[in-house]
Amino acid sequence: MIIAENISKDFRGIHAVKNVSFEVKEGKTLVLLGTSGCGKTTTLKMLNRLIEASSGTIHINGHNIFDQKPELLRRTIGYVSQNNGLFPHYTVAENIAIVPNLLRWNKAEIHAKTEELLDQLKLPFEQFADIYPSELSGGQQQRVALARALISDPPVLLMDEPFGALDPITRAQVRAEFTAMPFLKRKTIVLVTHDVQEAFELGDAICLMDKGEIVQSGTAKELVFKPKNAFVKSFFGQQRFFLELKSLTFDDVWNELETADEPFGTKDFTSSTSLWDGMEKLSNLNEKMLNVYKSADKSLKYFTLTTIQTAYKKYKERI
Amino acid sequence: MEVQQSLWEFLFQQSDKLWSQTIAHIGLTCISLLMAVLVGVPLGIWIADRKKAAWIVLGFAGIMQTIPSIALLGFMIPLLGIGPLPAITALFLYALLPVIRNTYTGISGVEAAVTESAKGMGMNKWQILTSVELPLAMPVILAGIRTATVINVGVATLAAYIAAGGLGEFIFGGIALNNTNMILAGAIPAALLSIFLDFLLSLLQKSGIRRMNKVTVILPVLLLFLSSFYLVPYTGNRLLGGFTPEFMGREDGYLGLKSKYKLDIPTVVISDAVMYKAAFEKKLDVISGYSTDGRLKAYNLLTLQDDQHIFPPYYACPLIRKEVLEHYPEVETALNLLSGTINDSIMTELNYKVDYLKLAPEKVAHEFLKAKGLYKKPLNGDKGVIRLGSKIFAEQYILVEMYKALIEGNTRLKVQTHTGLGGTKICFDALVNGKIDLYPEYTGTGLLVILKPDANTMKRISGSREKVYDFVRSEFSRQFNLQWLKPIGFNNAYALMMRKEQAQSLNITTITDLKQFSSNEH
Repeated sequence: MIIAENISKDFRGIHAVKNVSFEVKEGKTLVLLGTSGCGKTTTLKMLNRLIEASSGTIHINGHNIFDQKPELLRRTIGYVSQNNGLFPHYTVAENIAIVPNLLRWNKAEIHAKTEELLDQLKLPFEQFADIYPSELSGGQQQRVALARALISDPPVLLMDEPFGALDPITRAQVRAEFTAMPFLKRKTIVLVTHDVQEAFELGDAICLMDKGEIVQSGTAKELVFKPKNAFVKSFFGQQRFFLELKSLTFDDVWNELETADEPFGTKDFTSSTSLWDGMEKLSNLNEKMLNVYKSADKSLKYFTLTTIQTAYKKYKERI
Repeated sequence: MEVQQSLWEFLFQQSDKLWSQTIAHIGLTCISLLMAVLVGVPLGIWIADRKKAAWIVLGFAGIMQTIPSIALLGFMIPLLGIGPLPAITALFLYALLPVIRNTYTGISGVEAAVTESAKGMGMNKWQILTSVELPLAMPVILAGIRTATVINVGVATLAAYIAAGGLGEFIFGGIALNNTNMILAGAIPAALLSIFLDFLLSLLQKSGIRRMNKVTVILPVLLLFLSSFYLVPYTGNRLLGGFTPEFMGREDGYLGLKSKYKLDIPTVVISDAVMYKAAFEKKLDVISGYSTDGRLKAYNLLTLQDDQHIFPPYYACPLIRKEVLEHYPEVETALNLLSGTINDSIMTELNYKVDYLKLAPEKVAHEFLKAKGLYKKPLNGDKGVIRLGSKIFAEQYILVEMYKALIEGNTRLKVQTHTGLGGTKICFDALVNGKIDLYPEYTGTGLLVILKPDANTMKRISGSREKVYDFVRSEFSRQFNLQWLKPIGFNNAYALMMRKEQAQSLNITTITDLKQFSSNEH
């Protein structure tokens, strides 16, 4: 759990960040979203004191971060920097072992943990442990960077544009893998990005920042459907339709969907899936209709492209 | 083939000297390099994230680099005297720039994302420096050290000028004595040394990014090891001789001192330009000067009597190409006006004005000519151009100015001067190759440095300056098509000199006295 209260940063009289406050609940992901220069990276770096806040307080899991030595604090927080930041002169295994070595783990322990982690990230240990970052693809490098940040199992993970250096296709892939990783679900994550789609996919909550301030924070749905001002509205303007479908889940439009007949009694989806993903699946599979399952009341419903459209329209009218 | 053979012979004969010079050379290079690394690398690291300091430090090191090496050595003498200390200091200053700049470039070239993620993972400053920045910057830093090494091997040859030893002794001795083998005996090992040291460092550099951490240990150890060869000759309280490279190799110089007087004092090789001052400042006790040198008077030095006559007196005369004389016979007439007008004490006085009172050679020359009624305003003729050369000491500068005034005042010829040509060999080669038309030369130098006659001839003519003059005149005419004109009047000979008060307190007036004193001391 991270609580930041009124944090500010001045660089020689320029207010890079002004009175920013937010809270990230344990196991949740907060995305700091904004254009370049809006102060989102500065805000992130203040959390592990790569940049010292000029004022304000930050508590991580109940501890005031300013009470700890910066180096010791950083060893307890996973950090993935922009452009992955792997050491080019260290092998994959050595890169991953950096924090454990700082924490003085024994060799066997480091080896076991590295092997486990690499296998989970689909980088088989035997094949990848002893090669250098330059021999890896961009996506593989990013996964190693992630492994490096996660090896000591820190409860908190900070990520600065983690997928920024990847091409769009690899980026979508790595992101999908990232969301699918079970052990990431337990982490409290703060992620910086300028990519709206990324923010919508990864963020439980989003802080939209501009000129050093948080303009609006909330869920993706809140930001799209209830923009606080013209800036927020225009920020999502270009991809509005997509973003709306992306932020709405079947739960949101449950009442507008038809109940499924018996023959379609399979659960293709859970109701927390976004409308967009449902439509995508439908068009990919070339099916007329699919079923969604709502675990809360164990009910099953079906949808077609047409029913989704209708449901979406009704939802918009309702709010 | 013959040249090669005799080069081998020379190397074999002089292997002792070659060895000690090479070791001194390695020592000079490596000690200064080690210091430059010890200072330059930390400084480069320190300025890597300090823009203003970087500007100042790199600027300073850059200025050091632009000072001509010989001038830098010159600046060191008033501060640190002569010998290894000023030489190493100058070399150190030279090596600084490439070391600092490459360290700075290397460290600041490390990708920001890498150092930032190192910091973000909880490495402290020292850990980031040693396990991230230095290993990644090491190839660039080593490249800088390699540059510095090659520069230093080259510049260290100049250390011979200020009595710090090294292969420059052979090189400058060879130039002064017109001895190609001697030049090569210094130049080839110096070149090989530079290639060898560069190669050693390239091995370190190529040992790969993996072992870069070890390099930080190996490098200083290697340099320390190499420099430990260098043992500065220890003289204790004995009298120390400082002789020019030319003097060291001449029969009427150090060789004669050894064979006739059996004089055996510790000696260092030093440039003519700083020798007198070094004697005055008690860095040296015995030096090889010229009998007419103005600094003799300026620094209160005493000429020791040459009681066994190894320094025969020689004439100073203009040496000119015959073709020039045939073309412009009036040059001879003009130059002969000077003949017989300058005796030893007048020449010493003129030299004193230039060497010590720091008057311009031109002014001194013109004043003298005016006093003798020989000065005429230049006719500004356009008949042709005569190119005058001179060696690099005051007497020659003065003589050349006099020649210039006489030629331009009495003929319709123009004069171009090429002063400061390093030494006998450079002047002589320039003359033979038609790059200059005439320069002042001494019959003894012509005899011993250029002609190098066999022992019989030497026996027949030595002791008489007339005989030497006639011999040199006929041989130069025959062998080189060069003409010795009428002697100017003064004699110039080598002389051993000591500080007056020291010589008096030790009761030394002759070279034999010096020999006695030094053997007793031994």
